[in-house]
Amino acid sequence: MSHYQESVYLQGHIIDSLVLAKVLDLILMMGGTFDLEDVHIGKTRAEPSHARIRIRTASRMLLDDILRKIQPHGASIEREADCRTDRAPADGVLPDDFYATTHLPTQIRLNGRWLDVDRIEMDLAITVNEAGSVAQAVPMGEVRQGDQIVVGREGVRVIPLQRPQERDVFGFMESQVSAERPHGHIIADIAARMRQLKERRSQRQTDSHVLLSGGPAIIHAGGREALTWLIEQGFIHILFCGNALAAHDMEADLFGTSLGYGLTAGRAVPHGHEHHLRTINRIRSIGSIEAAVTSGVIKQGVMAACIRQGVPMVISGTIRDDGPLPGVITDSIQAQRAMRALIPDIGLALLVASTLHSVATGNLLPATVPTVCVDVNPSVPTKLADRGSFQAVGLVMDAASFLSELARLLGRST
Amino acid sequence: MSRLLVCPPEFFGIEYEINPWMRLTNRVDHGRAVRQWHELMRVFEQDLGVVLERMTPIPGLPDLVFTANAGIVVGRTAVVSRFRYPERQREEAHFENWFRKHGYEVMTGEAGIHFEGAGDLLGFPEYWFGGYRQRSDIRVFPILSEHFHREIIPLELVDSRFYHLDTCFCPLSGGELLYFPAAFDSYGQTAIAERVPDKLRLTVPEDEALKFACNAVCVGKHVVLPAGCPTTQAWLRIRGYETHPVQLDEFMRSGGSAKCLTLALD
Repeated sequence: MSHYQESVYLQGHIIDSLVLAKVLDLILMMGGTFDLEDVHIGKTRAEPSHARIRIRTASRMLLDDILRKIQPHGASIEREADCRTDRAPADGVLPDDFYATTHLPTQIRLNGRWLDVDRIEMDLAITVNEAGSVAQAVPMGEVRQGDQIVVGREGVRVIPLQRPQERDVFGFMESQVSAERPHGHIIADIAARMRQLKERRSQRQTDSHVLLSGGPAIIHAGGREALTWLIEQGFIHILFCGNALAAHDMEADLFGTSLGYGLTAGRAVPHGHEHHLRTINRIRSIGSIEAAVTSGVIKQGVMAACIRQGVPMVISGTIRDDGPLPGVITDSIQAQRAMRALIPDIGLALLVASTLHSVATGNLLPATVPTVCVDVNPSVPTKLADRGSFQAVGLVMDAASFLSELARLLGRST
Repeated sequence: MSRLLVCPPEFFGIEYEINPWMRLTNRVDHGRAVRQWHELMRVFEQDLGVVLERMTPIPGLPDLVFTANAGIVVGRTAVVSRFRYPERQREEAHFENWFRKHGYEVMTGEAGIHFEGAGDLLGFPEYWFGGYRQRSDIRVFPILSEHFHREIIPLELVDSRFYHLDTCFCPLSGGELLYFPAAFDSYGQTAIAERVPDKLRLTVPEDEALKFACNAVCVGKHVVLPAGCPTTQAWLRIRGYETHPVQLDEFMRSGGSAKCLTLALD
């Protein structure tokens, strides 16, 4: 993490004397940024004012320079305490008063030094190794008796998102959900990001993976070809979905239908509702989706593209699943764990046409990952934002139109 | 009736260099300095009716004569200075003794927070200004402000020739202000302008500022100031003050003038 920060405290008659203004100007002029925290302005002339200023810089040296420059104006460095830890009392049980994480970059202070918390994710705890050299976010269920867990709030700091340098739709990093906004420029910005990430991935750079988390409406609505193309062309590198997307994708390959509807004819075919069951049964008899693809039973589509491209998939089950397909993880904690394992290195997340998977994936993503949530129903991106994933850009539109337009912008001929 | 603390210049001289005015090669005419000091005292006592409290001068402490830096006196409380330079730190005990002997409640500041007394803290009855950066530490002002329930507006001094606030800033009894703006940064200049209306502020011309026109002592409608500052004197007279110029150039060799040589006790 390239953030260096320190809190300073300024007190006295700092408003009328313009001492506060001077200190803030100095910070900015020297190339730092600041957040004003806890400003109190004296109500009478005699009553002093005070302000706590959190200074951030891109380098330790600049931070030290700024601190040296502002100290003569009365800015004193806050004495910060180390974080406190306590042992987990039992497997899967956190100590009372454990620190609950946000999905923002977080640091803890240990032995006087600030340490980045790895794999940050919302609603977890923070565990520290015995040497005190590594801090990591940990889900409640993964905690083992005796693990050192951060408790209280002291010595923990959360770093607000810096505005990214790119001046695209992600620059705002805030949910904007409306069906009444033009989509074109948003999809163009997403396409531009995907082109960059493909390039970065080919150079083996970090944070270069594109995740697509999708629901079966992608297949029902006719987005299958576009998504297949995006995977085949190396624009999508991880797939999260449920039993249904996989089943209907392969149903389309075997029967030309999705949930019994003829995808080309656009109408229900006789006994079409059985097609997805027959598909699941066929794959179960083969043993795995991978075997179905490599043996040539499944020839085209999203599953086939993922297998051929080596795109890792996490297929998570739900209560109403038929079958399920082999490879579907029916233990939701296991599924969470499998999804979590693929989160590091994601540089863009596309959450398309699935309420459950969008919210579940959103909860696993750090706030620093640019995220797009596409759904015809405005309540989905809204729900995602309400659950804390404020960085997600909401796009109210049909999944197939979105994927087709995205593929077109990335070079697919229509 | 005003009372001022002063210290006869028996041992005054230049024995070190701690401001741009002091030059070891620039010898003080001691006899002349003594005559100038006595003339200043005569003006205070005879022309203005001020009561003078005389400290005993100490050999080896040439700057003890500049009693403005003894500390500040508010009512019966004296806050003793904590000098920045070791050369003057040796004066602290003598000033403290004097205050104690004369019945003042003595307040000493935190070690490491420099404060050079009335040289850096002066103002109007309702609020004060504090000069910092050259000698005093800005951190002293919130402490004093809280103790005396008085607003203190810190002003950064940016020109080392004007190393104390009282060398470039002089509030007067009628609410007027003599000052030399270039001794302050733009923030300080703005803060001053927002407090003291235009018509009450006299920007002292540079040649008079360099003669320490602002190092003046205001007692009621009388202003005692260094000789050779006609513009400042003319403005003061227009504002209804009687001016008392005194030749103090021997003390200017050390970077001090009328105000530096006195400390207001009441």
